[in-house]
Amino acid sequence: MPVPPPFPPVDAPLELHGLACRRAGRLVFKDVSLRVAPGQAAVLRGPNGAGKSSLIRILAGLLPPAAGDARMGALSLRADPEGWRARVALAGHLDAVKPALSVRQNLLTWARLFGLRGAAARAAADGALERFDLARLADEPAHYCSAGQKRRLGLARLLVARRPLWLLDEPTVSLDARNAAEFARAVAEHCAAGGLAVAATHVEMGLPDGPVAVIAPHAPGGGEGPDASAAGDDPFLTGAWE
Amino acid sequence: MSVFLALIRRDVTLALRIGGGGLLGATFFLIVVLLMPLGVGPDPAGLARIAPGVLWAAALLACLLSLDRLLQADHEDGSLDQLALAPLPLEAAVLAKATAHWLTTATPLIAVAPALALTLNLPAPAYGALIAGLVIGTPALSLIGAVGAALTVGVRRGGLLLSVLVLPLYVPTLIFGARAADQAAHGLPAGPSLLFLGAVTLLALAISPFAAAAAIRVNLR
Repeated sequence: MPVPPPFPPVDAPLELHGLACRRAGRLVFKDVSLRVAPGQAAVLRGPNGAGKSSLIRILAGLLPPAAGDARMGALSLRADPEGWRARVALAGHLDAVKPALSVRQNLLTWARLFGLRGAAARAAADGALERFDLARLADEPAHYCSAGQKRRLGLARLLVARRPLWLLDEPTVSLDARNAAEFARAVAEHCAAGGLAVAATHVEMGLPDGPVAVIAPHAPGGGEGPDASAAGDDPFLTGAWE
Repeated sequence: MSVFLALIRRDVTLALRIGGGGLLGATFFLIVVLLMPLGVGPDPAGLARIAPGVLWAAALLACLLSLDRLLQADHEDGSLDQLALAPLPLEAAVLAKATAHWLTTATPLIAVAPALALTLNLPAPAYGALIAGLVIGTPALSLIGAVGAALTVGVRRGGLLLSVLVLPLYVPTLIFGARAADQAAHGLPAGPSLLFLGAVTLLALAISPFAAAAAIRVNLR
């Protein structure tokens, strides 16, 4: 049984309009705008704490933005978060690997949870293991994987999720140079197939050409302190940081 | 539907592989029940009188034992983020996880309950009502527990907080479950208590997936 096509073709760019993020009453960033055409990989840069990971979580539909919106054609993150989440695949800091399962079972389970069945799920999982050079470890318990192997297993899930928008948060952490380059090639293949990617990273990954967004930490008065305007929104937080 | 079943399968597999899964809960149940005669003395008549309540209270505690890992393990390793992106509403995911919890925790309890009832000298007519009550009532324990697990998912060492939140909500199930077996033991009809027990389970089924999913969404932010 052949693996079904990875995802419906994307004909519209990903557009971020004035996104803002607020955490614990503090404005982390605001006015982040970006346009990523299908086939492009955007890179998010910025110092620690600038909100790159928060932006990735906003784009994954897990964290509601404080202001602004993201769109892919007619699809709006704000208006239809459920539909939005169905278009994205996330590789975050955590690999979602279960040590008690074998490497193959881990990936096969995710293939099933992302809607593949039977032989198609097995084919997708085996293909992803092959692609990320994990086939040799397939029957080992994930418990014995090294940090880099676990990371590759987490990244392999991007392939079995079969979603057009890849959201990558420091994806090459704990990968060696060869595997990092191999992952960059996997992203390039994804983009060549009409997909998009947004990667938050500190290192030069060698991703396909795409826009670069620098997230500047929002610092009223130059400090990392809370934003006074936040208190105005929430009666419970009034005066909480004075 | 296939995703729903895949999630149940995953959780059951994981529960069976880690820490003995259901076997551990059943062993705990066994120990708690066997402690009772040591505490209250071996008088058969006295034991028969408290048997339904002891069995039900022990079942509640055994259920609680595995609840703190119901969502927390998935939250810690990032699986919950991925589940939120899977093509399955979070409400359905909660239902699947509660079902897996019930299958791995409650079914072993139900299987060993008759043997333990024997050690507590439960009167013969009460066995049917005890088993029927456990089958009808324990799904509510997993469902209500899922809400508690969702509320405490971001709390480090939230197990105690979870118990404090969830145990009061288990009271209706405990009352009607123990009452059904008690009435049957006295030759009275157990039907009305079993119906109330079923009503509690249905209410939990209707409310808890939504409540737990809402709590998870807040914790994922």
